[in-house]
Amino acid sequence: MIRFENVSKRYEGGHEALRNVSLHIQRRELAFLTGHSGAGKSTLLKLIALIERPTRGQVLVDGRNIGRLPDRQVPGHRRRIGMVFQDHKLLEDRSVFENMALPLVIGGVGNREISRRVRAALDQVGLLDKEKKTPRTLSTGEQQRVGIARAIVTRPGLLIADEPTGNLDPELSLEIMQLFRRLNEVGVTMLIATHDLELVERIGGRRIVLTDGQTAGSS
Amino acid sequence: MKNYLLRHLQNFFGSLGSMSRQPVSTAMTVAVIGIALALPSALHIMVRNGTAVSGGWEHIRNFSVYLVPGTSLDYAQRLAGEIQQQQPVQSVTVISAEQAFEELQNSAGFGDVMNTLEDNPLPHTLVVQPTADAPPAALRQMEAELLTQKEVDLVKLDTDWVNRLNAGLDLVQRLVWIAAVLLIGAVIVITGNTIRLDIQNRRAEIEVSKLLGATDAFVRRPFLYIGFWYGLFGSCFALVLLGAGFLLLNGPAERLSSLYGGAFHLMGMDRSTAMAVFGGGLLAGLGGAWSAVARHLADIQPRV
Repeated sequence: MIRFENVSKRYEGGHEALRNVSLHIQRRELAFLTGHSGAGKSTLLKLIALIERPTRGQVLVDGRNIGRLPDRQVPGHRRRIGMVFQDHKLLEDRSVFENMALPLVIGGVGNREISRRVRAALDQVGLLDKEKKTPRTLSTGEQQRVGIARAIVTRPGLLIADEPTGNLDPELSLEIMQLFRRLNEVGVTMLIATHDLELVERIGGRRIVLTDGQTAGSS
Repeated sequence: MKNYLLRHLQNFFGSLGSMSRQPVSTAMTVAVIGIALALPSALHIMVRNGTAVSGGWEHIRNFSVYLVPGTSLDYAQRLAGEIQQQQPVQSVTVISAEQAFEELQNSAGFGDVMNTLEDNPLPHTLVVQPTADAPPAALRQMEAELLTQKEVDLVKLDTDWVNRLNAGLDLVQRLVWIAAVLLIGAVIVITGNTIRLDIQNRRAEIEVSKLLGATDAFVRRPFLYIGFWYGLFGSCFALVLLGAGFLLLNGPAERLSSLYGGAFHLMGMDRSTAMAVFGGGLLAGLGGAWSAVARHLADIQPRV
């Protein structure tokens, strides 16, 4: 599903965030990307979402070399993957329903189908009764669950998450990770960046460790 | 396809909704656009009226030939016959000294003065009406020839000031064009700036949409529609201003006209001017939106 071949990323100003990284994540796999902050976890995810482009090497998603994808095909690529962010990136001036509908509207889905899919996704994260609320009125854990629901509402085959539990206490973090586990069980390939090793131990799954922009090991 | 059209429609009216949430700034932008569109249109309508009035004064191309006092009426009629034969002349009227005297006696204010006169001091006069296409040069040549006759005292050719008026109107019409171009430029800048602020206010939404895979066209669309609405409302407001101006001026204009024997009527907006206001407004609104979107949307890239 995801394949990195000798990928390096050097930012303008010379900072080398990734050095010669090669890795392979199978379809339907649940993989955790760990390492200290600054180790290159976020950069690796940004390359997959084409928020950044690799300096050297090849990034393949679903067999396509996306490093060379022309700009106008970037939106289509992003629509095929789900993204979860540490700060959830929900729009404060819109209801939960409207936030969830946004990726579907962008994807050109019809209104009736939108309501159906939004409710199905909210049901999966256990927030069916919150669709009319605004994100601000929800708890932090609930906000993150809405963020996850928004990422899966388009039914992507791949979901990437950057420190999804970074702002949550241990109990809520576990709850979120269990949610990811369940989603993985229904067939979504997952790559989750986190520095919470203890949590990864409890959930179980493959660990890819990044140190100073290099893969230090995989278990 | 159906979904696509539905989205467009939603965007179309959704952008109206987002404008109505900031009624004051929207109204101010619309007012400024309306005034900017109304100014050149008002000037244009004034020039049109001026042209119509000066067109109605074509008879002022007539010229009068005053004979030396004491010349016989016979001579006057003979001369009239000769002039009548000439190429650029449509008709010649002889006003005898007696007719002129009577006319003056009957016109207001002169009666008493005329009664005190013993002799009629007025000469016989020929009023020559040239054909409509008579070139000014030919008229001046006729004037020169007439003046060589010793019985002709004075030839009064009155075309000069009509020509000057027409040239003046041409100049003003040119000014109208320049003003129109400048003010449409202003409308583009105003709309562009308003939409630039709008883009800044909706930065988060744009960023998130791009992260979720929105194409540039998708992100651009609502702002272009907003530009369209500004253009439309601005044009409507300009038409309201022009209509109000017409109503305010129409009464006094009719009074003035009646004093001149109802020679002219104030012309309001004609269809082509109204179309130009709408066309200019919409184009400028969309153009402004496009320029803002082209410059500022690319700057907003998702930061994660």
